[in-house]
Amino acid sequence: MKNPYSDRKLSIAVIILIIAVIFIIRLFYLQVIDKSLKLSANNNVLRYVTIYPARAFIFDRNGEMMVENQAVYDLLVIPLQMPRGKYPGIDTLELTSMLGVSVEEFRDALGKAKKYSQYKPSVLFKQISSMRYATLQEKLFKYPGLFTQARTLRTYPRKSAAHVLGYIGEVDEAKTKKNPYYKSGDYIGISGLELSYEEVLRGKKGVQIQMVDVHNRPKGSFQDGKYDTTAVVGHNLKTSIDLDIQEYGEKLMENKVGSIVAIEPATGEILCMVTSPSYDPNLLVGSERSKNYPVLAKDISKPLLNRALQAKYPPGSIFKVIQALIGLQLGVIHENTGFPCDKGLVNCHNHPTCTSVKQSIQHSCNPYFYKVFQRIIQQGKSRSIFTDSRIGFQAWYDLVTQFGLGKSFDSDIKYMKGGRIPTINFYDKWYGKGRWAFQTIYSLSIGQGEVEIVPMQMANFAAIVANKGFYYTPHLVKEIGEEKIKDPRFYKKNIVPVNANYFDMIIEGMSNVVSAGTARLAQIKDIEVCGKTGTAQNPRGEDHSVFVAFAPKENPKIAIAVYVENAGFGGVWAAPIASLIIEKYLTRKISDPNKELRILEFNNLEKSLSFDKKRDRLNKKSQSAD
Amino acid sequence: MIKSATDSTRKVNLLISVDWTTIILYFLLVIIGWVNIYAAVYNNEYQSIFDISQKYGKQMLWIGAALFIILLIFITDSNFFSFFAIFVYIITIGLLIAVLLFGKEVNGARAWFEIGSFRLQPAEFAKLAACLTIAKLLSFLNPKTHIIRNWVLILGMIGIPAALIILQNDTGTALVYGAFVFVLFREGWVSTKFLFFGVLVIVLFIATLITDPLFLVISLIVLSLIIFGAMRRRLKEFSIVTGIFIVSGVLFYAINYALKKPFELHYVFAASALLASIVCVIINIQIKIANAITIIAMLIASLSFTFTVDYIFDKVLSEHQRLRISVLLGMETDLKGAGYNVHQSKIAIGSGGFLGKGFLKGTQTKYDFVPEQSTDFIFCTIGEEWGFLGSTIVIGLFVALLLRIIFLAERQRSHFSRIYGYAVASIIFFHLTINIGMTIGLAPVIGIPLPFFSYGGSSLWAFTMLLFIFIRLDASRLELLA
Repeated sequence: MKNPYSDRKLSIAVIILIIAVIFIIRLFYLQVIDKSLKLSANNNVLRYVTIYPARAFIFDRNGEMMVENQAVYDLLVIPLQMPRGKYPGIDTLELTSMLGVSVEEFRDALGKAKKYSQYKPSVLFKQISSMRYATLQEKLFKYPGLFTQARTLRTYPRKSAAHVLGYIGEVDEAKTKKNPYYKSGDYIGISGLELSYEEVLRGKKGVQIQMVDVHNRPKGSFQDGKYDTTAVVGHNLKTSIDLDIQEYGEKLMENKVGSIVAIEPATGEILCMVTSPSYDPNLLVGSERSKNYPVLAKDISKPLLNRALQAKYPPGSIFKVIQALIGLQLGVIHENTGFPCDKGLVNCHNHPTCTSVKQSIQHSCNPYFYKVFQRIIQQGKSRSIFTDSRIGFQAWYDLVTQFGLGKSFDSDIKYMKGGRIPTINFYDKWYGKGRWAFQTIYSLSIGQGEVEIVPMQMANFAAIVANKGFYYTPHLVKEIGEEKIKDPRFYKKNIVPVNANYFDMIIEGMSNVVSAGTARLAQIKDIEVCGKTGTAQNPRGEDHSVFVAFAPKENPKIAIAVYVENAGFGGVWAAPIASLIIEKYLTRKISDPNKELRILEFNNLEKSLSFDKKRDRLNKKSQSAD
Repeated sequence: MIKSATDSTRKVNLLISVDWTTIILYFLLVIIGWVNIYAAVYNNEYQSIFDISQKYGKQMLWIGAALFIILLIFITDSNFFSFFAIFVYIITIGLLIAVLLFGKEVNGARAWFEIGSFRLQPAEFAKLAACLTIAKLLSFLNPKTHIIRNWVLILGMIGIPAALIILQNDTGTALVYGAFVFVLFREGWVSTKFLFFGVLVIVLFIATLITDPLFLVISLIVLSLIIFGAMRRRLKEFSIVTGIFIVSGVLFYAINYALKKPFELHYVFAASALLASIVCVIINIQIKIANAITIIAMLIASLSFTFTVDYIFDKVLSEHQRLRISVLLGMETDLKGAGYNVHQSKIAIGSGGFLGKGFLKGTQTKYDFVPEQSTDFIFCTIGEEWGFLGSTIVIGLFVALLLRIIFLAERQRSHFSRIYGYAVASIIFFHLTINIGMTIGLAPVIGIPLPFFSYGGSSLWAFTMLLFIFIRLDASRLELLA
């Protein structure tokens, strides 16, 4: 008997086969062709855990610790692992008192964490101190779901050299886009040595690839850690800074506005870089930073401004040393050139007539340098005084810029301002081409007017004189990871094209400045200090007190520039401060405690700030008038 | 000869006359399933596959029990099943009612009896009763007489357990009863056209809700062209019609592009299909191509159906109604949002690649990214750990089993055995299609197990009984004189 519908078995078989073929094609697409699913699978299961190496330490030139790391602890929570109904209960009180937070704060933080994820760990409280952690960790077993994670923070045991060291902070978005090494949340050097030596200090992150399950619970390493990379710790820095001197300088500059920069002339190593007022670097660490930074930024005394590098000051009389050297080199004056102190040209103080370059330096005679600069600018090479001035000025400019002025140093010091040495173009723009001559610019002769120099350049200039005509670019680091730094920029001898014997004359003069001139307060027992004072007029009020020096006279070990804003005569404040630093550096002790006491007791802060306030007010007025 | 056939000779005969091919296929599927359950729930603390505190250990016990059930079936007289079919059916209906009253609710479905730590799902066994009963019923009803009475009987017989299961809130399992359409088709109760349109409507309905409309529109156009080409078998006509579609498609696409894309692409192609159809109808009237009108009508009907479903679903239905359909189709069953299960399942299968990650190396399934991985989503483990090769082999084994059952069914002398065979094949086929289909995103997520594979005693035993009763019937087919 043939069943009438038995042919339909074929239709049914075909339907089964069609479905099977559709499934196999689909599987082929999913498993062989579509690569995105494999990626999604990895995203599901692989977690790239970054292992951060501890940031390297920074030491001073004598091996004193300047920056180290301190362990702090974050308290994390996985809400799902917490027993239900226990929080907030009686135990919350114990927990919050251990943490030093209020119950409300705790609830808020916990609420946020729960909102973020029930499975994933999130940070409840950041940076719990080791002290609190000690009590917390003993009791933590009572609070399932809570655990701690150690982190390191920068810490500055001597609270000193904030601006030298700089600080670190979370990397911003622009940087993460530019440099794929950094991921959001990473820390990066933002200023100072932390910035300059970021790559040395940070080391190299490692990655551990973990497998996790659907609840984000770790399930072991991926392929036995075949693709993991280990974290590499960075290299410690040994800076050129002498922390004792740095600290002493900061102490001396307390309650004053200004800067001290000291350099080892033979190497260009910066021994101290003091700016005042400054701040305790521990204030800008971790979560403290967001709290303290705005306070410091708004502080009228501008503690965040690194005056050593960024304050452009009129150099005042210390500039005369340069003018003398240029005059000698250009041959417009010679050793025994004398000019009368003609107060009709520029004002001066009472002193014997200068009959030599040496004396002119010793007495810091204003008319003398008026004359010197006049001879430099107007050498009589053209009949037009304007053209003549251009020629003379260019000759002057070519030499003056050789002293490391008018530009910032290509070095490991960051955010240095170049100051200003005016150019021909500058005056052409200002007065019009062919409309200026010596008479227009004579203020430059005594370091006033358009010239602006930052303290770092002044100290470097002192080093040039100490070296009799050359300098190594000032820098902050001696060794990287026990090895002498190899940066070729620091070994390039910058030669100033001025004959060494001209320097000898100047040095004699500078020696007399201290022994019998304007800077007698800079004298140190048994050490011959050579220096030059400056009393820089400025539109901000009382004159700035300036002093550059080096010592000892023979084989100088330290070159220094001290700048105290609105303190008056250079010889009165800047010179003794410099001498204290020099003595401390060379002998490690202070022979004249009264000198030290006088400086420490001197409080010029209010005065300086009042000028600042006045100026700010004026600026505001003029701005609103615009 | 028949009279002299004693019990002892019958047993010897049985060992020879059972279809070993089917039995081997069954054991292959069951063992592969067991190994994959082990892989799916594997964890380092319980490494032994025989550990009965774990799912794979329990599955081993269920397999052992299934062997006992097989033995019982083999020593039962083959006439028993036909004779007691209605009786089994009535008991099952009783159980389905009882479970509604006394059952335990698991995952929102009141579908389980709990006896101690042991749970039993009567709906799984109801499939068996339905297969036996429909075989019994169809074996003496004639599709050509008493049409209305017969249809009432058939639909009532299928509908009662299905309705009871829907009342348990287990719609997925109830849908399985729809699989009997294949049996009705084979026995002449349902015409080819009905089957075709029925399948088309269901496929379109599901496809509209779960796939991209653009893909659907293009598939429909291509499908119509293929049907047309297959029916006419004239290259010239086929190229003219295809040309019209392509030209109108490009034209509409260009217009849309020129207007800076105001319309979604699927509307553009639907509109071009409409235009092309009108042109085809005009040509058709001129040169009188047979079948063309039918195909065009079908195409337009399909397109309108597609858009209507979409429109009704999104605009006409209320949020509440939409949710119910979504839940039915498994579109929003997970808290993490619609399609989470399917997405994770596709990731797991897709990450397997051609050869798979290897036994116990599947990260997606091992770390619980795929939900229900030992039961409804067991195919993910196969896909991830054994890759395309393993998945294809498993599908191949199922196809072999289904074709073998059809082959065996066709050689039966009794109507009852043949219809029962088709019923078994239909049920297995439906489960296979929906289960694997949902893991690879081609079918809605309806929580039904993969036969022989998925973890669970009720399901394994039910399928074992289904299959082995058929093997038992087949073994004694020669006892019946044709």
